[in-house]
Amino acid sequence: MSDPTPSVSPATSDVPEWRRYLRFLGNAVSQSVEGGWKFYVWMTLLTAIFLVGANAWAIQVRDGMAVTGMSDHVSWALYIANFTFLVGLAAGGVMMVIPAYLYNDKEMHDIVLIGELLAIASVIMAIMFVVCDLGRPDRFWHMMPIVGKFNFPISMLTWDVIVLNGYLLINVHICGYLLYKRYRGQPPVAKMYVPFVFLSIIWAISIHTVTAFLYCGLGGRPFWNTALLAPRFLTSAFVSGPAFIIVAIQIIRRLTHHRFGDGAIRTLVGIIRITILVNLLMVASEVFVEFYTGGSHTGAAKYLYFGLHGHHELVPWIWTAVAFNIIAAIMFMRGRLNELPVWLNTACFLAFAGIWIEKGMGMIIPAFIPSALHEIVEYRPSLTEWKVTAGIWALGFMIYTLLLKITINVYSRNMRDAQGQRTIESKDALAFGEHI
Amino acid sequence: MNDPSTSPKTPCSGNCACSGNSAPPPADEPTGISRRTVVKALGATLGVAAYAKALAPLTELTKETSMDEFIQKHYKELSKEEMAAVIQRLTQEAKDHYGADVTISDPQPVDGVKFGYALNLSICNGCRKCAEACHLENNHDRPSHQSYIRVFEMSKGSMDFEKGNAHYDHPVPQPDKYYMPVQCQQCEHPPCVDVCPVEATWKEKDGVVVVDYNWCIGCRYCEAACPYHARRFNWTKPQIPAEEINPNQSYLSNRIRPQGVMEKCTFCLHRTREGRLPACLEACPTGARVFGNLNDPNSEIRWVLENKRVFVLKEELGLKPQFFYFFDE
Ligand code: SF4
Ligand code: SF4
Repeated sequence: MSDPTPSVSPATSDVPEWRRYLRFLGNAVSQSVEGGWKFYVWMTLLTAIFLVGANAWAIQVRDGMAVTGMSDHVSWALYIANFTFLVGLAAGGVMMVIPAYLYNDKEMHDIVLIGELLAIASVIMAIMFVVCDLGRPDRFWHMMPIVGKFNFPISMLTWDVIVLNGYLLINVHICGYLLYKRYRGQPPVAKMYVPFVFLSIIWAISIHTVTAFLYCGLGGRPFWNTALLAPRFLTSAFVSGPAFIIVAIQIIRRLTHHRFGDGAIRTLVGIIRITILVNLLMVASEVFVEFYTGGSHTGAAKYLYFGLHGHHELVPWIWTAVAFNIIAAIMFMRGRLNELPVWLNTACFLAFAGIWIEKGMGMIIPAFIPSALHEIVEYRPSLTEWKVTAGIWALGFMIYTLLLKITINVYSRNMRDAQGQRTIESKDALAFGEHI
Repeated sequence: MNDPSTSPKTPCSGNCACSGNSAPPPADEPTGISRRTVVKALGATLGVAAYAKALAPLTELTKETSMDEFIQKHYKELSKEEMAAVIQRLTQEAKDHYGADVTISDPQPVDGVKFGYALNLSICNGCRKCAEACHLENNHDRPSHQSYIRVFEMSKGSMDFEKGNAHYDHPVPQPDKYYMPVQCQQCEHPPCVDVCPVEATWKEKDGVVVVDYNWCIGCRYCEAACPYHARRFNWTKPQIPAEEINPNQSYLSNRIRPQGVMEKCTFCLHRTREGRLPACLEACPTGARVFGNLNDPNSEIRWVLENKRVFVLKEELGLKPQFFYFFDE
């Protein structure tokens, strides 16, 4: 790639770069809220759900966490379950970058931004779930370095705060930079983003590993206290992330003129085919160790899969997850994925929902049942928790929709800088991966 | 690369926002108020109103939480004067919210003292007087019958909690059972302290693990980390009738806790740091409980540790509890 600067800068130097960037942001915001009636219906629906959730959360803050189904016995539940899952989704989203950059798979380049945007939306949701789980959200500033007290490096939670926020920044930078360059009709400068892309790959692994360490570092919770937890987290992230992106791509294809190559979907399917099996294998080996060894450590697994002393709350959940995962695995093995979009989308949905249960309800709650002193107190999410959860997901979908809209606007040249017409015709700026 | 605007297959000239949208690109819209703008403004107004309504419960809360409380520093960073001001505010709050006159002190650890607790399982008869005394002494929430002590009825011949039961309601003691009260073990290496992201909980010089109730953010990580189920969360604002409130309080122990924060057994430090005994020990009718200074070779607790077969719970976790159990041979 020749140096792009001489061809562009002389004519544009009259307006400072930061003004252009601000104008870009302004354009992005104003254009992202324009759309057809379908778009307005969708956003109104999400806003309504979000408001229901916000209201439930406000009541929870006012009246105390007693309005949730949690107790001193089961002190982390649906919120933290969603948090865990979403960290995985965020990591899984960026993992698309690996085939694109490490193997230089050209068709995957289209998908990279879709994945990074998913990472941004999921990290925001993950952080919101943690905030909703706080008994005193008004004291959030205690967690900030310098003004508060940041128990670093001892507390794994502070690590998580760092990696999640860092991850958010990295991805915002990459997406923001690439979109801006494309908007300007300039090829991106490799050293401005490629190092960050590689950083985001490593970082994606780190966010999920650190999140796993939150749990497996607790000696008093045998259900979590397994070295397999971090690898299991990563593998299931490789299932849920691609599954979501496949469906997102299909929807984008249907609703806009923006085209993605079939090859990208084929690569994603290829990833899921392997990871879904590895994930099942890991679940099976954990289950084997738990049940073959026996003893009182098996309590949580017994409770989860079969119920314990007449308590069965989680049994339907986990078997739904197992069924979904197995059916999805079989569906991914069959060849009809490419001809039948419905088949592919169903498989993706089953895999996604299966992992959501397995990594969420199936991972967090059994660690508390039986409790550290083997008491059994069951948990069922309250209506408040469901409302808050739905609200955060709705907000996540809103963010993702808006981000995608901006991206597609930029890509399809609806939104561009005045000078953007003078694009470098031969090298389409979309192929930003080529600058490595 | 297949970009729609350059690809020959693309039906769209690249000039419309997306399919299904018949409106012209907004960037070209002339200035002036179109119908679309009016509708949007209306939508935005309604939206703002809806947000305000949804979040209204939060404004009710701000009446209870003062600015002083919001900006209060960590316990360890409060100067003497600041502490005095905080205590004055807390005293006033106890009056305003509960109608109780209380005195809140801040006794410091005594040099050279390291507290330890031991419990004779051969004598404990499961009457739960200790748990009840704890409930009253520490100003626990009445409706939830909270207490830092849980008494397990265990099967003789087994140390397995799986065969224990903390919810018995029959006359005690039962012939084939023994009783095991469990409370905070004041671990030497407390995992609850390690995990706290904001250092709201720490181990004091005299071995007591405490919580700054005005610094805790209520994440409940410490509760997940404690293997002895010793921590309690304030799921609501504690309810206690004014006449039942124990007025002898201290900042780090039994003062009335705010909603949404963690609390735990402190070996009654408002008593023990002043040379008195914990409330649970005073209430025990059988004399199963032994409390004292581990550094004092003449203390009763040292005698127990040296002359009895002593064990700790979940020793394999390596947390070195300062709470010991023993049987009479
Ligand atoms: S018993 Fe639990 S609360 Fe007490 S010090 Fe140990 S870990 Fe912390
Ligand atoms: S609940 Fe409070 S004391 Fe416990 S870890 Fe969280 S902030 Fe620290």
